[in-house]
Amino acid sequence: MAEQIFFFIFAVLAVGSAIAVVSFKNPVYSVLSLMVCFLQMAALFVMLRSPFLAVVQVFVYVGAVLVLFLFVIMMLDIRKARMDQFITGGNFWAIGLLGILIIEMILIISKSRLTSITVSSELRLDGGVREIGEALFTKYILPFEIVSFILLVALMGAIVLGRKELR
Amino acid sequence: MGQEEIRGLLPVLELYLSNPLVIMMLEILLIFIKVVVVTLVVFSLPLPLTYMERKVAGHIQVRLGPMRVGPHGILQPLADMIKLFFKEDIIPSKADPWLFRIAPVISMVPVFAVFATIPFGDKITIPFINYEVSMYISDMNVGILYVLAIAGLSVYGIILGGWASNSKYALLGGLRSSAQMISYELALSFACIGVVMIVNSLSLVDIVKAQSGWHWNIFYQPVGFVIFFIAGLAEINRIPFDLPEDEGTLGAGYHSEYSSMRFAFFMLTEYVAMVSMSILAVLLFFGGWNGPSFLPGIIWFVIKVVLCIYFFMWTRFTFPRYRYDQLMSIGWKVLLPLSLLNILITGLIII
Repeated sequence: MAEQIFFFIFAVLAVGSAIAVVSFKNPVYSVLSLMVCFLQMAALFVMLRSPFLAVVQVFVYVGAVLVLFLFVIMMLDIRKARMDQFITGGNFWAIGLLGILIIEMILIISKSRLTSITVSSELRLDGGVREIGEALFTKYILPFEIVSFILLVALMGAIVLGRKELR
Repeated sequence: MGQEEIRGLLPVLELYLSNPLVIMMLEILLIFIKVVVVTLVVFSLPLPLTYMERKVAGHIQVRLGPMRVGPHGILQPLADMIKLFFKEDIIPSKADPWLFRIAPVISMVPVFAVFATIPFGDKITIPFINYEVSMYISDMNVGILYVLAIAGLSVYGIILGGWASNSKYALLGGLRSSAQMISYELALSFACIGVVMIVNSLSLVDIVKAQSGWHWNIFYQPVGFVIFFIAGLAEINRIPFDLPEDEGTLGAGYHSEYSSMRFAFFMLTEYVAMVSMSILAVLLFFGGWNGPSFLPGIIWFVIKVVLCIYFFMWTRFTFPRYRYDQLMSIGWKVLLPLSLLNILITGLIII
């Protein structure tokens, strides 16, 4: 019971802050809302009995990725950036797409078996760290390596783009 | 009430304590009490620490330090606090008012939240009612990761404070600190991985328990400790890595525009961050509350933490400040490869 109350608090806050991300005019406020959203998602991971994923979420997304977002946004000219909102008025394509997405979501949710929000009460005393590590390095080793290779290529691309022109 | 009457009450008390509902309520109450006590203690810590810092500074620089207020200036922190309370809280007209107000709070919350998992001692039993009380708020099984992740969040307050002030010095301070903290967070976390590999657990309580009987991790992980200490200095923005508030080039850095209590919040954050970094060093490398048994564990813990804090202060008044490009090259080209090598060697030895 208490768990469901907490679930609703986190879920509502997560959705609310996600809406705030796209509706704030000031990009710094958007990043802050995104931070709130990610923290709520970390809390949801805790409720799914996976504290390790929750902490990694905070570590990687809130602690590093969003700080870099802020870093870049602070370099922008805010008054100019305010002009480009995410949702501009009269964009019918976006509204149509939104409608399709909503219908799709309703269909998926109504067809799936995942409508109950009760979670298994099985407590993982080691935080699932061992299981995640074993799964990553045995069963899913190929996808894991491919993802890390893609990340490496992206990193190289960023360095090439960011480098000053050599004469 | 006489001795006899108390004895007579004990069985009734024990009957109450065996009721599951009462136990649950007691546990919730206990967590609440612990949170309040820890918060109050941590909140008041900066008072003795500012005094200690100024005295240490004074004696290192062959002068006396604060002497006027109270005997040997012992009431100086109180006077400072009163002064900060009564100063005018100025918000610059071009600042972003909302973020400017909230930034000190954002930087303060994570450093307090860290204390939720920090163990100050092992379980103790209250006499008479045989009730076990643990000396930590929660023993999270991913404790060390939690501490590192949450401690990294306090950078938000610094960045936002710098940006919201709408001043070039503050903005540069904020930018410097975000770049610096992200770079050194990597080395700091990698230094902790060595300890985690030896202990085979992420829980801070288990890490301390594994070091009982002088098996302190510093003897097994000396390189890890050096990396941890240097990266920790950078993480809490102290000399020689206090570039975000470099008064030679940036005025006061990210808190240039702050005054009164908001400024005090930033100072509080810095001191509490120093305390939590010292506590983390003690827990990871110096055996936590383990020590010869003629003193209780908590006393050993406090002694070690105070020594660690003293060491941080000592470095502050001994080393000059690095240049910014030097700071970055130390972080990425020296500490990071060293910590990776440390992990590799630790792994090879364990296998």
